[in-house]
Amino acid sequence: MSTYEIFVSLAKVGLKVTLQVTFSAAVLALVLGGISGLARMSKHKIIRFISSVYIEIFRGTSLLVQLFWMYFVLPMMGIRLSALTAGILAIGLNFGAYCSEIVRSAIQAVPSGQTEACIALNMTKVQRMRRVIIPQAFVMMIPNLGNQLIELLKSTSLVSMITLTDLTYQANILNATTFETTKIYSMLLIIYFIIGLPLSKGMKLLEQKVSEGRV
Amino acid sequence: MTPIVSYKNITKAYGELEVLKEIDFDIYPGEKVALIGPSGSGKTTLARLLMTLEEPNSGTIEVEGKGLWHEEINGKLVKANGKHLREMRKSIGMVFQHFYLFPHMTVLKNVMEAPVTVLGLSKKKARLQAEEMLEKVGLGDKLDVYPAQLSGGQKQRVAIARALVMKPNIMLFDEPTSALDPELVGEVLEVIKEIALESDMTMLLITHEMDFAKEIADRVAFFNEGTIAEQGTPEEIFNHPKTPRLQTFLSRFNP
Repeated sequence: MSTYEIFVSLAKVGLKVTLQVTFSAAVLALVLGGISGLARMSKHKIIRFISSVYIEIFRGTSLLVQLFWMYFVLPMMGIRLSALTAGILAIGLNFGAYCSEIVRSAIQAVPSGQTEACIALNMTKVQRMRRVIIPQAFVMMIPNLGNQLIELLKSTSLVSMITLTDLTYQANILNATTFETTKIYSMLLIIYFIIGLPLSKGMKLLEQKVSEGRV
Repeated sequence: MTPIVSYKNITKAYGELEVLKEIDFDIYPGEKVALIGPSGSGKTTLARLLMTLEEPNSGTIEVEGKGLWHEEINGKLVKANGKHLREMRKSIGMVFQHFYLFPHMTVLKNVMEAPVTVLGLSKKKARLQAEEMLEKVGLGDKLDVYPAQLSGGQKQRVAIARALVMKPNIMLFDEPTSALDPELVGEVLEVIKEIALESDMTMLLITHEMDFAKEIADRVAFFNEGTIAEQGTPEEIFNHPKTPRLQTFLSRFNP
């Protein structure tokens, strides 16, 4: 099997699932990260508690085990998820926990003088967050969120373990039938790298765009 | 005349440290009051309590006849809620030592922000107002520049414009020139002086610029270790200081 044929085979069968899981899990992770990061700073004790339980559980256990748990254990409790849903959910929840810490620490890193200026201008707490604190925190979040996104993309290879035919799964199949091990796994590395490139490039551009005018 | 601001028996402590000790202090409408005194004597805390950035440990503050941190409901004093505080803050504006401009907004947007989000002005109207105010502080040519590209003196003038567009009755200046390079102090003082002379706004000015205080203040209060050690007209305070503490303090400014 030629290198080109290996590329075509991987791209044709596995690429779609990898991109699908990456994209959906990333959206889920960012949304969850934003919500639970803010919830971490709520004035209500119960909301802070729920949020920190979520973060500790999903940060403190293995992603692979979380995947297995959602795909193999939940059905025993009567909750049956498709492999795709289970994959997206586990990765999204897992990375959401990391993102929430990034969100929280960035918000807390905005100087307290900004809050005081908002109070002096009589802004409400919501106006203050929306107009002043979050836009500034966002700039600080971008490099770390970018790292997480690339990390997330690479983690999607784990979904091959719950029967999803992503890039890695397809590479395993090819390897088992052709034994072109070196070519196949080298090509697999390259494809992951190429998908990751626009991600990191995009985050760089976004960072430049939102930090316009600032030194 | 009834005072526009009245501090009654105010005590403020951070842990063990009492920064204000049972202060009674009245400010009258239109008055320009300068607060002087060594660092840590409680001047800034007095202003921060009025801006509702901090809460006193005991005592009451009244602004335009109404309790600031407490409101009277059916003859009972209860702790003010957020709504009450926001109502009270409409009368008060503040300029900070370190400006606290919004770094992600241009000069013009900094000044337009609160009129649009807080007062609900149309963008067009807020823009006109902001341009006019920035023109007044001498920054009409810096509208689309970000704060990072301004000098300290220019930043502080933007901060003054940003506070003024909210049309407060009471303006607090907390050491507005203390963070500036010496050669930039003059341009900021000039702007403050202009405002002081032309408006009937009540002004509370915390400063280490004694000549400036002498020039614009109707009354000067000297703070020392959390109390008002001496107060009077600029003439009384600067030319005939009574307490030894004030005499020593002033001697450092006129070597």
